Amino acid sequence: MARKRTVDRRDFLKGAALSGAAALVPEAVATAAPQAAPAAQPEAGQAARPTVAPAAAREADPAPAVPVTTIDRPGGDFMVDVLKALNIEYVASNPGSSFRGIHESIINYGGNKMPEFLTCCHEESSVAMAHGYFKIEGKPMGVLCHGTVGLQHASMAIYNAYCDRVPIYIMAGNHLDAMGRRPGVEWAHSVQDAAGMVRDFIKWDDAPHSLGHFADSAVRAYKIAMTSPMMPVLLVLDGHLQEEGISAAEAAHMRVPKLTLTAPPQGDAGAVADAARLLVNAESPVIVADRAARTPAGMARLIELAETLQAPVISQHGRMNFPSRHPLNLSEAGRQPIANADVILGLELTDFWGTVTAMRDGLQKTTRSFVKPGAKLISITAVDLYTKSNYQDFQRYPEVDIAMAADAEATLPALIEACRKLITDDRRRVMQERGRRIAEAHAKAQDAMRQEAAHAWNASPISTARLCAEVWAQVRNEDWSLVANSGNTSDWALRMWDMSKYYHHIGDSGAAGVGYGAPAAVGAALANKKYGRLSVNIQADGDFLYAPGVWWTAAHHRIPLLSVMHNNRAYHQEVMHIQRMANFHGRGVTRANIGTTIDDPNVDFAKIAQGMGVYAEGPITNPNDLAPAIQRALAVVKKGEPALVDVVTQPR
Amino acid sequence: MKQTLMVIAGAALMAAVLTAQAPAQPAAAPAGNADTGKKLFVSNGCWQCHGYEGQGGVAGARLAGRLMPFAGFTAYVRRPVNQMPPYVEKVLPTADLARIYAYLQSRPAAPPVASIPLLQK
Repeated sequence: MARKRTVDRRDFLKGAALSGAAALVPEAVATAAPQAAPAAQPEAGQAARPTVAPAAAREADPAPAVPVTTIDRPGGDFMVDVLKALNIEYVASNPGSSFRGIHESIINYGGNKMPEFLTCCHEESSVAMAHGYFKIEGKPMGVLCHGTVGLQHASMAIYNAYCDRVPIYIMAGNHLDAMGRRPGVEWAHSVQDAAGMVRDFIKWDDAPHSLGHFADSAVRAYKIAMTSPMMPVLLVLDGHLQEEGISAAEAAHMRVPKLTLTAPPQGDAGAVADAARLLVNAESPVIVADRAARTPAGMARLIELAETLQAPVISQHGRMNFPSRHPLNLSEAGRQPIANADVILGLELTDFWGTVTAMRDGLQKTTRSFVKPGAKLISITAVDLYTKSNYQDFQRYPEVDIAMAADAEATLPALIEACRKLITDDRRRVMQERGRRIAEAHAKAQDAMRQEAAHAWNASPISTARLCAEVWAQVRNEDWSLVANSGNTSDWALRMWDMSKYYHHIGDSGAAGVGYGAPAAVGAALANKKYGRLSVNIQADGDFLYAPGVWWTAAHHRIPLLSVMHNNRAYHQEVMHIQRMANFHGRGVTRANIGTTIDDPNVDFAKIAQGMGVYAEGPITNPNDLAPAIQRALAVVKKGEPALVDVVTQPR
Repeated sequence: MKQTLMVIAGAALMAAVLTAQAPAQPAAAPAGNADTGKKLFVSNGCWQCHGYEGQGGVAGARLAGRLMPFAGFTAYVRRPVNQMPPYVEKVLPTADLARIYAYLQSRPAAPPVASIPLLQK
């Protein structure tokens, strides 16, 4: 007796959902489909009445006559050709049917190389991984997501990247032609204007109507994303365009346009000369840098400018701008260097107003400028070239004396040269004396930092200074890269560690959207992997819980990453905000833990990570247990795997 | 980043105030039980910015080892001049403040930097 081939409805639906391949396996589909009566043909002049068929039948109904059952070269293949031409190394993605065409082309036609498909568990993770990757690699990672639900998940991470001026190459699947949509979910996953919901915080988008159009827009999108100020871009990939075959006529005309990146804008020559005059003649100039160094060259140029002027540098840590132990580094000196300055040069500052003004978060918001009367402010920022309206990341209007709408890194060579031409022997002597005083202040600040770190050295919960010192002791002799924003640990790593290379720190998230930390660390670690660098992450507990699937992604793709947790068992910034409100209202703070703490029960982060395939241990509460635990984790990382040490810490 | 800078600035300001007003030895403070003070230090959220040991950090100045006289301490807690929120008598009675003060006074001095290998240059 012939074996009866049956598939029950649940299995069929699962199969359809997993493969999205009903149209590609007509035989199986036909076998599996329940016997549904063919729809009645409408009479002439009468519209067909929509019928509600069982879900399985809706997926399974084959066209009555399909002359072609396979194609050799779908549109998605050409899209992969374009991505290869753009040297897109990875696409991070949680799989989705609206881009199943290009997904299949990447893994089969493209051989899953350039780009390689990174399996992510949340679109927010995909984008944040791309964010961290750029900080190390200096070029965009691709992200694939649904144009609807995927982009919605991704949106917060896109906003972080936008505020951090980081290019992300986002591709969103969508089926624009309603007549070709599968009934049901595909309608819910389709949208007229996919980019609409994120257009306020991306730089450019397009929804190509043909493959030629795709090639043109894909190259344009890359160029725009990489032009300063860099930001995410979005291409909407039509599902039919991905899946349908390329005709011979189309193929004859398709090509990938040449990519020429736009040279970054430099400051106006007259403005550069004016700025140089102010800086050279200043008695107490100060250089403040936020996202100044886009590349390692930017860091070298900033060192050159500072040494030329013998001026102190304050890094606001948006990028790795300046070596932490350079004698001209006064980043940890608070606002005093700015208050003393007669000329303040701001390089790609997020917030120049906030750099020179104090605001008290009291019942009445009071502000006070703390710069000297008559001090001159010079701003160089490419963000002046591209400001949008809706989201308010542009901060309060800064009153400056010279404003250059230009890329700071690209402008530095001209500024250095202009300064050198103006420096007389007298000015050089003044500058050298100034440099000596700044070096003394830097050395004193370093000594004071060590004194401060000694307080609560043996405390439990473990102090953030001890945490960072213990990690530093284990990694300092490696080729390391701190792939974390460490602000919530009182900046101890930035203050304590000897940071001298561009990849020693990747800056922060941009918009302070929580959930950036873990995936950005994984993305940066992926970029570091090929250079053999040890990636180190200081992982906050609240951040960990946003989309913890990224630990599985790290394990699955064998991404070596040492993560040591700053687990203060709270969304601690918010604890302080609620405390502030409660005290302003005269009610006391005894209930400030409600809604802000992550305890009762305490989260077992090691167990979560272990469940994702990551080596993990903890929670560690005794500071003397830290070093051996980090050493064990480090041994795992050196074998090419991620590892995590959970440490219960002081709040900040 | 701005928020962080503001907090740092506030912490630096408070540090300056503390330093300016701190004598070599704190003036006599009302009697307070340090153990009870520790509980109050926690329940009143002082640790949230200043750390459980009063060691300070990016969000609040160090208190351990450099306390101002009790009168100045109380005045500051009632009417802080920077980012710290005010603690009025109703939510933190002076007697409890004295216990917190006693707890902070009881904090051991930091070990010498020279005795900590991890803090050597």
